Amino acid sequence: CNHCVMEIWFWLCLQFVWMAINIFLFVYFYFFYDLGPQFFYTRHLLGSALPWARAPAAVLNFNCMLILLPVCRNLLSLLRGSFVRCSRTMRKQLDKNLTFHKLVAYTIALMTAVHTIAHLFNLERFNNSRQGLGDELSAALSELADTENTTYLNPIPTYFAFTTIAGLTGVVITLALILIVTSSMEVIRRSYFEVFWYTHHLFIVFFAGLVFHGAGRIVRSQQRTNPPHNTTFCKDRPDDWGRIPECPIPQFAGGFPQTWMYVIGPMVIYLCERLVRFIRYMQRVRYKKIVMRPSKVLELQLIKNGFKMDVGQYVFVNCPAISQLEWHPFTMTSAPEEDFFSVHIRSAGDWTDKLIEIMKKVPEGAEGPKLGVDGPFGTASEDVFDYEVSMLIGAGIGVTPFASILKSIWYKFKDSDPKLRTRKIYFYWLCRETHAFEWFADLLQVLEKEMEERGMGDFLTYKLYLTGWDQSHATHVMVHFDKDTDVVTGLKQKTHYGRPIWDKEFEQVHVDPRKTRFYFNKENF
Amino acid sequence: MGKIEWAMWANEQALASGLILLTGGIVGVAGQFRGWQFAAYAVAAGVFVCLLEYPRSKRAKGTSVERTGQYCFTVCVKAFGPLTRNYYVRAFLHAAICVPGGFMLATVLGCVCLGIASLIYLAAAIRGEHWEPILPRKETRKPVAESIKNPPQNPPPRPPPEMRRKQAGDLEKSAYDNPMSVTDDE
Repeated sequence: CNHCVMEIWFWLCLQFVWMAINIFLFVYFYFFYDLGPQFFYTRHLLGSALPWARAPAAVLNFNCMLILLPVCRNLLSLLRGSFVRCSRTMRKQLDKNLTFHKLVAYTIALMTAVHTIAHLFNLERFNNSRQGLGDELSAALSELADTENTTYLNPIPTYFAFTTIAGLTGVVITLALILIVTSSMEVIRRSYFEVFWYTHHLFIVFFAGLVFHGAGRIVRSQQRTNPPHNTTFCKDRPDDWGRIPECPIPQFAGGFPQTWMYVIGPMVIYLCERLVRFIRYMQRVRYKKIVMRPSKVLELQLIKNGFKMDVGQYVFVNCPAISQLEWHPFTMTSAPEEDFFSVHIRSAGDWTDKLIEIMKKVPEGAEGPKLGVDGPFGTASEDVFDYEVSMLIGAGIGVTPFASILKSIWYKFKDSDPKLRTRKIYFYWLCRETHAFEWFADLLQVLEKEMEERGMGDFLTYKLYLTGWDQSHATHVMVHFDKDTDVVTGLKQKTHYGRPIWDKEFEQVHVDPRKTRFYFNKENF
Repeated sequence: MGKIEWAMWANEQALASGLILLTGGIVGVAGQFRGWQFAAYAVAAGVFVCLLEYPRSKRAKGTSVERTGQYCFTVCVKAFGPLTRNYYVRAFLHAAICVPGGFMLATVLGCVCLGIASLIYLAAAIRGEHWEPILPRKETRKPVAESIKNPPQNPPPRPPPEMRRKQAGDLEKSAYDNPMSVTDDE
């Protein structure tokens, strides 16, 4: 499959470029601090712990700049829209934004660890020098203080971790980072989303502290003096400093803090993103219909001015009556041809349960509670229309976007839309049980009926595979074997049990890989 | 946040703290920092906390996901009975363990993280949560009934032959539907 291969290659290329930049920054700044002559005296006190601390700091600057960008979903939508001319392969990369966000986060965590450990060594060595445990040169360097003629190199008083800006901010932001990481573990994220979401807002503390982390300017380099202080000559005679013309007292100054330059742009962009979400939240969403489906599935048909969607996209929904701050994503199940957009919401946690309860109480024809809708997001699956034969495979919850795709194909067919090249669709639906998907079975029934009415019974061939069957299931099916429609779904095509044997399926369909487009949608494939 | 089981997050936090304490301790000992004795303690404490926190508890609601290879640890932790089951004990234990870490810079981060984990465990304990081991479900086969081994020796009792013969005179009474199709062409 050419597309799939290209997409993977593109993704690998992007990752390679990102990794190459990281490695370059690390190595460049490592040698900058390891070999730079202005750090000669600093290195004498600290050894290689200095470059080991500064190299990850550079990588951290770069990655903290990047981390906010992949979560600006409205910005990404904008990019996706502007690049409509570019290949879909490139636009698909934008769908991997969360994967990239996590990758950058892991890098930040790793570099923070290296940076912190290196600084532990630095502090210990600064401390040792102050206590006179080093050589004569170290003692002399540590003596220097910020007075009229001298500037300091060794910043200690002891326990400076809690008395300097760098130390204090360092501890606070590392703590924030640890809390963010532990609450972002998959176990917590999937089951207790609120904990993850609210704790994640500690990133505000993280960025605030990060910007001020270097304000104390305690990593110091030697400055030019007049006359110049030659380190090679003067390092062996610290007692003569200030007394002989070749060795004036060396002067030091801290480096200009740079982190803010890296992160200010993304911080502003993220602020704009939250502003856009707020504006979207204020836009009015009207109800067309509220339908309670079997197995605690709620269908909401909504209308929003200026809302334009494509097949396979998703929206974020917010209900202030339940929670002001929570936005939850749902794939849209309506086709773009319809004059509304719909989502099917299954009971799967606190928020969805409350939503279903509230909607149940809304009287017939009345407007439901105020909703905010952000989106649509995601790369559309519009190339499904370009192929004569489409083989669509949906597993579990992954079947939801197919509601949109199948409806849209049918609308386009009825309107004889020239963009539609599809002549035959094979749809494979795999799930453990049909519980919570009865609405989809209903949709298939409706489509089935309409196609038969037009004599197009052959247009759509679908096969349902129930992978979670047991003995009582099998008995039930055996007893009702003769019925025209399937006993489980009520559809003309009978349900299969177990997983499909793909080799046989491909044979039956006469798959020619060059002419067919494979479109998978998986939950856990 | 009604359904949150705080213990799950406390567990992640405590495990992370154990690792941080361990790392800080190793750095302190390897670098021979001032106060390295606290670092040595932190190594031991870090290992202990990691071992205690590695086996995840069974969730009260929903599916529990085990950590890889946690079964042995589950068995060990289970052996301590109420000491490990009760989260109040864990909260106070972690609070006590973390204190010596605060005396040295290398371990101070581990100390604070473990302190936070202790607070979350306290919250979990107040809400009545407790630690349950995740044990593999034993496959219980339905025991085969004894009667299957002793099939009946005699045929079932039947009415005398005169009654069994179909009464040709009374069609209504003798007609019945076959439960399964007996014709060829279906």
